[in-house]
Amino acid sequence: MIRLTVNGRQTDVDADPDMPLLWALRDIVGLTGTKFGCGIGQCGACTVHVDGKPVRSCVLPVGSVSGSITTVEAIGETEAGKRVQAAWLALQVVQCGYCQSGQIMAAAALIARGPSPTDAAIDAAMSGNICRCCTYPRIRAAIKAA
Amino acid sequence: MKRRTLWRSLASIALLAVVAAGLFFFLPHPLPAVAASGAQPRGAALLERGRYLTVAADCAACHTVDGGKPFAGGLPFKLPFGTIYSPNITPDRSNGIGAWSDAEFVRAMRSGVGRHGEDLYPAFPYTSYALLSTDDILAIRKYIATLAPADTPSRINDLVFPFNQRRVMRSWKLLFSTRRPFVDDASRDARWNRGAYVVQGLAHCGECHTPRNLMFARKQDEALSGGEVDGWKAWNITPDRDTGIGGWSSADIAAYLSSGHAPGHGSATGAMRQAVDLSLSKLSVQDVDAVVAYLRTVPARRVGPEAAVVAPTAAVRASGPWNPAQDERSLGSRIFAGACASCHGWNGTGQQNSRAALLGSHSVNDPAGANLVRGVLEGSAAPGDVPQTAMPAFAKAYSDVEVAAVANYVIGHFSGKRGTVTPRQVRMARID
Amino acid sequence: MTRCAILVEDDLPDASRRRFLTAGALLVGFAYSGVARAFASEPDLRRIGAYDAAATGFDGFVPDGFIRIGDDGRIILVVPSVEMGQGIATGEAMMIAEELEVSLDQVEVAMAPPDVAAYTQSLLKAQATGGSTSTRAFFMPLRRAGAVARTMLIGAAAERWQVPPGQCRAEAARVLHDATGRSLAYAALAQAARRQPVPSEVTLKQPADFKVIGKPLRRVDTMTKVNGGTRFGIDVQVDGMRYAAIAMAPTVGGTLRSLDDAPARGAAGVVDVLRIADAVAVVGLTYWAARKGLDLLEPVWDQGPHAELSSDTLAAALRAAGGTPISGGRTGDPDGVMNDAAKSIQATYDLPYLAHAALEPINTTIHVRPDGCDIWVGTQVPEIARIVAAEILGLAPEKVMVNNHMIGGGFGRRLAVDTIQQAARFGRQVDYPLKIIWTREQDIQHDRFRPSYHDVVTAALRADGLPTAFTHRTTGSTVRPYYDRRPWPADKLDPDAVAGAAELPYSIPNTRSDWVRQDGPVALNWWRGVGETHNVFVVESFVDELAHAAGQDPVAYRKALLRENPRSLAVLEKAASAAGWGKPLPPRCGRGISLHDSFKSHAALVVEVEVDVQGEVILRRAIAAIDCGIAVNPNSVEAQLEGGTLFGLSAALHNEITFKDGRVQQSNFHDYRQIRINEVPPFEVLVMASTADPGGIGEVGTVSAAPALANAIFAATGIRLRSLPIDRNLLAMEGSDDEVPSVTSGLLEAAALVGVVGMASSKADRS
Ligand code: FES
Ligand code: FES
Repeated sequence: MIRLTVNGRQTDVDADPDMPLLWALRDIVGLTGTKFGCGIGQCGACTVHVDGKPVRSCVLPVGSVSGSITTVEAIGETEAGKRVQAAWLALQVVQCGYCQSGQIMAAAALIARGPSPTDAAIDAAMSGNICRCCTYPRIRAAIKAA
Repeated sequence: MKRRTLWRSLASIALLAVVAAGLFFFLPHPLPAVAASGAQPRGAALLERGRYLTVAADCAACHTVDGGKPFAGGLPFKLPFGTIYSPNITPDRSNGIGAWSDAEFVRAMRSGVGRHGEDLYPAFPYTSYALLSTDDILAIRKYIATLAPADTPSRINDLVFPFNQRRVMRSWKLLFSTRRPFVDDASRDARWNRGAYVVQGLAHCGECHTPRNLMFARKQDEALSGGEVDGWKAWNITPDRDTGIGGWSSADIAAYLSSGHAPGHGSATGAMRQAVDLSLSKLSVQDVDAVVAYLRTVPARRVGPEAAVVAPTAAVRASGPWNPAQDERSLGSRIFAGACASCHGWNGTGQQNSRAALLGSHSVNDPAGANLVRGVLEGSAAPGDVPQTAMPAFAKAYSDVEVAAVANYVIGHFSGKRGTVTPRQVRMARID
Repeated sequence: MTRCAILVEDDLPDASRRRFLTAGALLVGFAYSGVARAFASEPDLRRIGAYDAAATGFDGFVPDGFIRIGDDGRIILVVPSVEMGQGIATGEAMMIAEELEVSLDQVEVAMAPPDVAAYTQSLLKAQATGGSTSTRAFFMPLRRAGAVARTMLIGAAAERWQVPPGQCRAEAARVLHDATGRSLAYAALAQAARRQPVPSEVTLKQPADFKVIGKPLRRVDTMTKVNGGTRFGIDVQVDGMRYAAIAMAPTVGGTLRSLDDAPARGAAGVVDVLRIADAVAVVGLTYWAARKGLDLLEPVWDQGPHAELSSDTLAAALRAAGGTPISGGRTGDPDGVMNDAAKSIQATYDLPYLAHAALEPINTTIHVRPDGCDIWVGTQVPEIARIVAAEILGLAPEKVMVNNHMIGGGFGRRLAVDTIQQAARFGRQVDYPLKIIWTREQDIQHDRFRPSYHDVVTAALRADGLPTAFTHRTTGSTVRPYYDRRPWPADKLDPDAVAGAAELPYSIPNTRSDWVRQDGPVALNWWRGVGETHNVFVVESFVDELAHAAGQDPVAYRKALLRENPRSLAVLEKAASAAGWGKPLPPRCGRGISLHDSFKSHAALVVEVEVDVQGEVILRRAIAAIDCGIAVNPNSVEAQLEGGTLFGLSAALHNEITFKDGRVQQSNFHDYRQIRINEVPPFEVLVMASTADPGGIGEVGTVSAAPALANAIFAATGIRLRSLPIDRNLLAMEGSDDEVPSVTSGLLEAAALVGVVGMASSKADRS
């Protein structure tokens, strides 16, 4: 049994320690907001926060997670997450929506460091997140509006 | 002296030389009888010992191809004068070494001689394995005999003349091979002697880490001060403070050997990654400890000061995992942001896995970026990796300019040095 | 609002239910200013009573397949097309809502189940979504459906009040009698409306009276897409479900020869090992257990007949193809004119195979029972999905329920049902629900690809440089047999092969377009932009070549050919002037333009690039102008133009699928690279006001992208790239590969631009 703190709640998961956190969250904890896109850290769809820091859960073995995990389902309870979601809705960022959990988690971590990030800071924080629908112009605008 | 006599003398000397040469090149190699000592364990203990030694000698690394049957050979060694393929060493009687006698096996390991008396190329590191005790070689032999036979035929080497003449190797061996088992240095303790045995013989560290001369022989007086394998730099592992591992704590060295990573020293890639994953990480604590003890005592040599590992730059120390300290918009930084930062982090500590740590690694401190470029192009995967933990190979989708730019960016960001990687260098480093 | 939240809540697993409600409440607090409504995240129409109203005992007003009004006030609009990001659920809901006289925040929106009788789409002649046809096909039927329902509701109210229906009107889900000030909610009229006669003729609203259509409304599906609530196919969780990780024959046409499944059977968490002709599945309690189990197996594959297949042989075959051309269309006497021409120009173009690489990897969940089957999947063709599964399972099609889900990016991939057939073959071997998830590597390597093409274009030029004849020969395969699941007649034109080539926006008196069919072993499929993405790249690059040969400005040259096409002329001028066409640029920077009429829309795109001395291409700016007739939702039009164009640029910059030793060489996003936010330029979309019938928008931008890029690169460097993806090695200046790439570049300037234009073009406030 591996004890995780997910969205403020303690959960015991019966998992192989090398199971990526992504699959533990999706298949065992039942939180499917966190998405599988590439499995090799190249797309960002699986981004969650561990102690507020964004990580790619597809390459993070569940056995090595020690901090408190926040997923997209609860990011709206944080100040930054709430602002990011509001901006996403106001600017109508989403298309298919599949990448957006990861985009929002990455953007929330960026906004949590301070409002009105520069374009370069947006690039540094967001370039690891692929959007195949290419909602990038609106992502940039929404982060600035958040 | 009379002319005639002189002529005769010269003629007989010449004849003698021809005969000697003929004997030297054509006389069959002897096949000394072998026997294990009384100390050799038996039964399951012997097999277990053989398994351990086979892993420590990392036979699988060269005798198994990716996706191929274990120990069935076929791995290509590309040399300037052709390609050598590792043979099948499974117990298959016709394709492998199932029909070999123990004596033939020991002779191959110690003298580089094949079953039919043919001379073996030193891609097979018999100059190191010669140091192994007969007991150890026989234990390896016993273990290998229990593997699943594979009917994969060994591939024919593809070498140009004269290198396709195996007899040529005899003169090379005469000059460079030892053919004698390791002898303990009585002035040193058992731990040191064990370490020397492992480093010089079993784990054959010098095959990569010792520079070679023009004849492809190791320069023993510069042992372990850094070599090259297949275009990868094998760094200086002598105790020099800046350019070697003199600045590493013993715990760091031990951690690196057993996990491929030591905090603040980066991670192994390329051939070293494979050596760690397949072999070094499986050494016993005692053997790792012995290796560390021995490495601490080899003569320190200062080599390649330009690539010396320097303390992390202020910029890196001020960076977070997801944000560089300064706003960056260069081509290299943009590629790093997209393809690299998710795993390595702008602070170089490895976001999800310490294996992705770059900080303090020799690769990012080398302005020439030799290993860095190879790592970017080929990735860093090892057999037996848990799925989804390896670095992918970026060669196909990133141009020479982009790989050069990201390499230079990484060198600059993590070491503060100015990278010198050019697109041409990247093009040359691409395989196929 | 509350009801909507309950609907979503029911679909969440227990673990997250409470949390969602909290998050949902927070969001609702700030998100709604009255124009958006969450999409039912797992629209099970049987449960909400919208599918087969009679059978499920839905007790309300059900005029047709599209509208459900309950006594409780619930209004459910069933949209016939599949939502995969293009915004069609919103657009179609708007068409119904317009005539039904409801606003989007008064309705729930659900996706249609398979039912050809109710949901067949007139242009595709199937219950299918693709080819940018949905808006065009459903604009009238859905409005009519809304008007019919409105007429019946008004009729019911008029009867109740004993007044002539003509005195009543509908507004905001109520019927009003202005003379007496009386009004009734639709809910109160649901029962009575059922008894009203179905009108055969209805009057549709005049565009000037539109309250919904033409407004940049928020999408109906955004809420659950920002809080993780949307259930894509991959997110389905069914009681007793097991997960399958699979291995597929690596070569094109390969099969499974043998498998020793013992190593996996003993592994922790592994439930089963299943085989089909060309794949193996390891079934586990979790997906990871299945993956690890699969890793222990070493299936032995039969390489099949194409083990030698390589990109070189495929390309050579394409170039050497000499079959009889099939005519795609002809005007005037192109060959005669060409023969007599004083000056003619010819060029050849090559396009690569492409993968779809939607972000949601292929997945299917299937539960086969003796008497029926449930499939949970996101598909563009629910009806075909049902039929192919039924065939394999030996069931009547109506015994197969396809629970269609939102799709995490389609781009054409989910028009193919190979993945559903595979799921049926595995699923029938077990009695539990089985969720199959492909890895990203499998998603790319076992995609059905956009074909590669080889094109030869020729033009005869007058003394003034304008073309008098234009011929275009395309060599390539047809996608049709893979979709139809039957052969396409050898001598029959596949219109897709010449789409964008057969009819040009320009007035050229003598034209010919033909197609040399060259089939190969690689499985194919349509890709965003279909035939047009390929042909328009060739045509628009070549027109640029002609302008250059004539020594004319590419915009002026095109204008001269557009005298009979005012809509295209207008978008061309609009885009060019917004882009500052003709204004000087720094060295090695250039602007390129493309123009096309596709999917009944007219589009122009200007791309501005910098090409550095070492050949790196930096996008500086993009401006699109579109006339798509009535823009049902201008917000969606802009979004599709932005996304579609960048999608096309991503492919043009980075993508090709290559083969070696019978297998695909690319595998994941590190080698099938995608454009990222830091490569994306400031982007502006200009939507022309129009009252013409709506045109398609989902693929228009993708079609525009590559030729505008290649033309911009030419403008910057003088180098004409005639194949994709662009080869940067050809753009590097002599000797530059010995230089250390510079650490700064023109990007700094581009960065500054992002700050200014990026915000200006984002049309920030839609609330
Ligand atoms: S799924 Fe984790 S980064 Fe793509
Ligand atoms: S919205 Fe579809 S992948 Fe980003």
